[in-house]
Amino acid sequence: MTDVTHGAPVTARRAFVSPATERRVVRIVLVLVAIAFLAIFLFLPLISVFYEAFRAGFSAFLRAVTERETASAIRLTLIVAAFSVPANLVFGVAAAWAIAKYEFKGKSLLITLIDLPFSISPVTSGLIYVLMFGAQGYIGPVLADHGIKIIFAVPGIVLATIFVTFPFIARELIPIMQAQGSQDEEAALSLGASGLKTFFRVTLPNVKWALLYGVLLCNARAMGEFGAVSVVSGHIRGKTNTMPLQVEILYNEYNYGAAFAVASLLALLALFTLIVKSVLEWRYADEIAATRRH
Amino acid sequence: MARATAFAFRKPSVLPGFGLTLGFAVAYLSLIVLVPLAGLVVKTASMGWPEFWSLATDPRTLAALRLSFGASAAAAAMNAVFGLLVAWVLVRYEFPGKRIIDAMVDLPFALPTAVAGIALTAIYAPNGWIGRYAAEAGVKIAYTPIGIFIALVFIGLPFIVRTVQPVLEDMDREVEEMAATLGANRLQTVVRIVLPTLAPALLTGFALAFARAVGEYGSVIFIAGNIPYVSEIAPLLIVIRLTEFNYAAATAIATVMLALSFVILLAINLLQAWSRRRLGHD
Repeated sequence: MTDVTHGAPVTARRAFVSPATERRVVRIVLVLVAIAFLAIFLFLPLISVFYEAFRAGFSAFLRAVTERETASAIRLTLIVAAFSVPANLVFGVAAAWAIAKYEFKGKSLLITLIDLPFSISPVTSGLIYVLMFGAQGYIGPVLADHGIKIIFAVPGIVLATIFVTFPFIARELIPIMQAQGSQDEEAALSLGASGLKTFFRVTLPNVKWALLYGVLLCNARAMGEFGAVSVVSGHIRGKTNTMPLQVEILYNEYNYGAAFAVASLLALLALFTLIVKSVLEWRYADEIAATRRH
Repeated sequence: MARATAFAFRKPSVLPGFGLTLGFAVAYLSLIVLVPLAGLVVKTASMGWPEFWSLATDPRTLAALRLSFGASAAAAAMNAVFGLLVAWVLVRYEFPGKRIIDAMVDLPFALPTAVAGIALTAIYAPNGWIGRYAAEAGVKIAYTPIGIFIALVFIGLPFIVRTVQPVLEDMDREVEEMAATLGANRLQTVVRIVLPTLAPALLTGFALAFARAVGEYGSVIFIAGNIPYVSEIAPLLIVIRLTEFNYAAATAIATVMLALSFVILLAINLLQAWSRRRLGHD
């Protein structure tokens, strides 16, 4: 690759090339190949979403996203996120506090178990709730006798979403809180602050950016989850369809324009998430667990 | 007594709230994750071995598993090459737009899978932006296993880039300079010094991308065509069995997938530990 230039006219100022890098032409080729790969595999799909969404004009787009069933899908997606993100937030903070501030047996097992939902197929995540709460499930029939419906209803969608987004906030908080130790909290306590006051005035401000980072990723996944939700939802129009499910239904009805219109809203959410995430990474790199960038 | 066991269980600390936070975390983890997963295991165990075996070795199931694991391995391998290249370019070189490209690498994490699925299908369908030219060349991408491969490359890319990138950033450049002073040319340095150092991270990234791809559903089903025995992935077969109310078959496929992924991840972890030891890292 870097054969010595034989017999090239020696110019007065030849740019110094460090022996620990490649020649300029190699570098340019590698950059171009990488960009071409990303352009085809990442940028093109993103562009195509917006292209297809606005192909029939802006008014068609507006009509599609304000259509009754789509509007109800948007509402349900917001409701599901409003339940699942706070639930995982409370869990993430509690788990991170216990894991980061104390030494106890079984800690590494606990950390491993928290990450477990990431290694399970979304479809399997939905399946386990069907086995649990479905009509033929372990406790589904008992609940049905009391008029409680979980599968093919909103509670099942919320549960499945909580499962697939389970680790996001905890895994952001645990490393950063472990790195920060507990000297600050000990100082606050010794100065007479109560436990809760210590948490809200000392711990929380120390981890706020990591917390926001985790909430952001958790929310993006909660609103965009498809596989797990698809298994437990039952696809009842206007009732148990979230936005990703609505995309599927419209697409399968060959209503491509409307499908891509709803998809473009989700793509906007993804772009928003990426932008905020990058800003957090650039500005507060030390205050978020940068070693575990997803 | 209770106090004494609590003492042995954890080191003393002045901070309050251990019982409350750990208790809540473990209870929540059990309710949301462990008990439902145990339900899957119990369901499988209650089936009995002959029934499980006949469900797991059903020809359609085997074809779906072979496709899922095969396409995932191929996509992870492709990503190992291009993900390494992207990580390399992002860490080592300066070029305009680098920050934006770096941020965009996470797009597959952020973009809902169903959106990725229909977008990729639109591009690779016979009348799509790329599918059109492929069709002219006589290659069908969408609605074939090639389409599945493309979708899995899309969702797996960030795993490789994000595991290799930090290792590459921390790498000591002096070692490469030393290799150069000792007379190694650049290619030799990269192949003999840089790549072995990156190997464990690359393997981790491969394992993560592979594991994610095996379970992937949303981005694949639109582009796959979903023809039984040809382009039907295992997660889709679980969904199909569920809509037929054949819970036993769905459970059997899910269990086989979990077990296979677990074995493969374990093997990769061992390989990684071996390569670390061989290279004398920590």
